[in-house]
Amino acid sequence: MKKALSFLLILALASTAVFANGQQGDGAMAKEPVEFSLINGAEPESLDPHLIQGVPEHRIYESLFEGLVGYSWEDASPVPGVAESWEASNEGTTYTFKIRKDVMWSDGVAITAHTVVDSWLRMLDPATAGPYVWFPAMFIKGANDFNSGEAGPEAVQIRAIDDMTFQMDLVGPLPYVIGALAHYSFGIVPMHAIEKYGNEWTSPENFVGNGPFVLEEWVPQDKITAVPNPNYWEAEVVQLDRVIYLPVEDLNTAHNMFLNGEVDWDTNVPLDQIENVKVRDDYWATPYLGTYYYVFQNEVAPFDNPNVRKALAMGFNRQNLVDKITKAGQLPAFSMVPNMAGYPAIQDDNEDIAEAKKLLAEAGYPGGEGFPKFEILYNTSESHKKIAEYIQHEWKKNLGIDVELNNQEWKTYLSNRNQGNFQVARAGWIGDYQDPNTFLDMFVTGGGMNGGKYSNANYDAAITEAATMEAGPARMKKLVEAETYFIKEDQSVMPIYYYVALNMIDMEKWGGFNHNVLDTHPTKDIYLK
Amino acid sequence: MTKYIIKRFLGMIPTLFVIITLAFIIMRLAPGGPFDQERQVSDLVKANLEAKYHLDESMPKQFIRYLSGIVRGDFGPSFKYSDHDVAFFIFTSLPHSLLLGTIALLLATFMGVFVGIIAALNQNTWIDYSAMSLAVIGISVPLFVVGPVLMLIFAMKLQWLPTSGWITGRDGWVTLLMPVLTLSFPYFANIARLSRSSVLDVIRSDYVRTAKAKGLSQTVIILKHVLKGAMLPIVSYLGPAFSGIITGSVVVEKIFRIPGLGNFFVQSSLNRDYTMIMGVIIVYSTILILMNFLVDIIYSFLDPRISYR
Repeated sequence: MKKALSFLLILALASTAVFANGQQGDGAMAKEPVEFSLINGAEPESLDPHLIQGVPEHRIYESLFEGLVGYSWEDASPVPGVAESWEASNEGTTYTFKIRKDVMWSDGVAITAHTVVDSWLRMLDPATAGPYVWFPAMFIKGANDFNSGEAGPEAVQIRAIDDMTFQMDLVGPLPYVIGALAHYSFGIVPMHAIEKYGNEWTSPENFVGNGPFVLEEWVPQDKITAVPNPNYWEAEVVQLDRVIYLPVEDLNTAHNMFLNGEVDWDTNVPLDQIENVKVRDDYWATPYLGTYYYVFQNEVAPFDNPNVRKALAMGFNRQNLVDKITKAGQLPAFSMVPNMAGYPAIQDDNEDIAEAKKLLAEAGYPGGEGFPKFEILYNTSESHKKIAEYIQHEWKKNLGIDVELNNQEWKTYLSNRNQGNFQVARAGWIGDYQDPNTFLDMFVTGGGMNGGKYSNANYDAAITEAATMEAGPARMKKLVEAETYFIKEDQSVMPIYYYVALNMIDMEKWGGFNHNVLDTHPTKDIYLK
Repeated sequence: MTKYIIKRFLGMIPTLFVIITLAFIIMRLAPGGPFDQERQVSDLVKANLEAKYHLDESMPKQFIRYLSGIVRGDFGPSFKYSDHDVAFFIFTSLPHSLLLGTIALLLATFMGVFVGIIAALNQNTWIDYSAMSLAVIGISVPLFVVGPVLMLIFAMKLQWLPTSGWITGRDGWVTLLMPVLTLSFPYFANIARLSRSSVLDVIRSDYVRTAKAKGLSQTVIILKHVLKGAMLPIVSYLGPAFSGIITGSVVVEKIFRIPGLGNFFVQSSLNRDYTMIMGVIIVYSTILILMNFLVDIIYSFLDPRISYR
C-alpha cells in the first residue's frame, strides 16, 4: 500500500515539476522597446478598411492606414493625412485635395490621386458589398447610382486631375465632409496588393498599408501586433516601438489585466466595478458623442398618439437613473442630439409627472387605466436590463402603466427592431462625425435606423434642406427646426442619456493621449513620458 | 474485430450527415441573419451581400453547394470574418482547444483516480469524507465561478501568475495553470466519484479475494487487479468527457482569453455566421463520434467478457 501511494505521489510531483519548469522559461526578457498594449474588445472582423464596421476595427485602422485626412489626438478634429491641403469651390460642393509628394505604401509603391480614385471606386462597387458603404455614398455625387447598380463607375464624381491632385463633387455643400473623410469607409487601400493576394492581402506576410504602423503579427483571438512603418511620411513622430491589440471580450478579465499592470489601456470598465475605480486617477469617464434612447412604434396604437409618447418620456426620472443605475457620470438626455459646438441641445429637463398624467388622461388613459399591455424590447445585456427594469418601475409608480420586458439576443433583436416588430425598443447611436446631422438623417421616412417608422414631411423637408445649405448658423437653425419636429412636437423617440466614454489609462505614464467626444486615440501620437 | 471496426467507422458517416442537415436547417430557421446591423443596410447592399454568399439561391441548392464543398474539404468563407476562410480559423484555433482539453483531462483522470482509490481504501473515514466533499464542490460549482476565483487569488492577491493569456503570449507555459485547473475540476470530481465506487465494487469481488488469499501484497493487488477492473467505467466516461471538455471550454477560454475554438462556437451562432457555425459543429461532432468509437475499441481490450461480431 505504502509503495503504491509513494509511486502515485512521485507521479504527481513529476507532473507539477513539468509546470514549474515552464514557469521559469521566459524570466529574463530584455524590456528595451516601448510597447503599448490595449484591450480591443471583440476579435476584428477584418482589417480591410472597406469591409469593417466596428470600434475594434476602427482602432486598428488608425494604426495601419491613413485616409486623405486623419483624426487629431487632441479633439478628434480632422488633420491632414495623405492630403496635405484642400480647398472647397463651387459653393462648397466641390473639394480639391493636394496629395503629399512623399506618401507611399509600406512596400514602397507610390500613392497618387489615382490610388484614391481606385480605392473609393472599390469601396462603392456593389461587388465589394461593404457594410458601411452607405456612409461615403451619402456624400459623393453619383455614388449611390453606382452602388445601387443603376450606373457604372463613371457616374461617381471623383477624379484625378493629375497624379497629385484629387477632386470630388458632393451631393450638396456638406460642411462636415472633411471630418467624415477620416472615417475608415473612406480608406485608401493598396489595390496592387489586393489584386495579387485577394482576400488574403491582410495576412501579415502579404500586408501592405500606409499608416504610421504596419502589421507584424495576427493570431486570431490572441493578439494583433503592429510595428512602425519606415515608409510613413511622418515616420519621425512615431514613438512607440510596438502596438499590441488584445481581443478581450470579458470585461472582468480585461479589468483585472489592467489592475495587474498587464495592459496599458483598458477601453471599458465592468458596470459593477465603476464605484470601486472612481477614486483612481487612471479612470476616465468623459463625454462621448452618443445617445441612449428608446424608440416608439409610431404607427401602432397607443403609440401613434404623440401625447402618449410625450407622457412616457416625461414620466420617469433620468437623473436617478444615471446616478443609481449607469453610475459612470452619463448625462440625462432630453433631446436626440447632444450638445455640440454651434448646436446647443434643443431641450432641457422636461420631466413632469403631473403633465404626463394629464397628457395620458387626454389620450384616454386616466391614471393609466385601460392602457394596453406592451413590452420594452432590448438586446441581452446586464445594463440594458437594469435600465429597462428601472423605467418599468417608474412608469408603474408614476403613471400606473404596466409594461413587460422582452430581451432578445443581438441579431434577433436587430431583425425585429429594424423591421418594426416592437412597441418600445432600446437603441443607441454613436455619432460618425461631429455634426448634428449624424443623429438626425437616419430618421427620415424610410431611413436606416427608422424601425419606429417615424414619418413627418416637415422633418424630412428640413433635413433635406439642411443638406443643401452651407456651414453657418442658418444651417444649424434648420437642423434645430428638424429636431424640434422630431422630439418636441412628435417625441418619436425618447432620449434617455448621453453616453460617456470609459477608459483606464495612466496619463502620468503615457502622453499624446487625450479624451475627446469621438473617443478616438491615434497610436501615432502616443508616447511614453 | 477488423470487420467490426470498419463497420463502426462507416457508420459514422450517416450520423455526421444527419447532424449537418439538422444544423443547417436550424441555423436558417433562427430569426435574424448575418447581415442585420445596427443601422440597416439598403436593400441593394443586402442583395449584393446575399449574392456574394449565395444566400439568394434556394435552400436545397445552398445545401447541396455546402455539402459538395465539405466533401472537398472546403468549409467556405466566413460571413463575419471576411479576411480568411472558415478552415483557417478552425485550424488555427482547434489545436489550442485540444491542448488545453487534453492536459486538463489527463490531470483530471490522474488525480481523480488517485483520490478515488484513496477514498475507497479509507471508506467512511475523514479522508473519504473530505475527498468526496471536494468532489461534490467540483460538480456543483460552475466554471465561471471557479475561474475568476482562481484569478482573484493567484493573479490579483498573490501575484504569482498572470491573470490570463496563452502559451503563445509573453508569459508562456505558466498561463496553462489556471485554465487547466479550472477546466479539470468538474471532470476530476466525476472521475473521483466514479473510481471510488468502482474500486469499492471490485475490491469485494471474488478474484480480488483470491489474490489476497494467494498472499499477494496490497500494492500488487491494487495495481494489477483492482485498478484494471475499476478502470472500465472510467474509460467509458472518458470518451464523452473528452469531447465535452473540448466543446465545454468556452467559458474557460473566455475568462482566460485562450484563442481556442470555443469562442467561435458561441460567437458564430450569435453572429449568424452560417458557415462558421457549421464548420465548428462538424469538427465538434466528429470529435464526439470518434471518441465514442475509440472507447468501444479500447473496451474490448480491457474487458475480456466483451466480444464483437
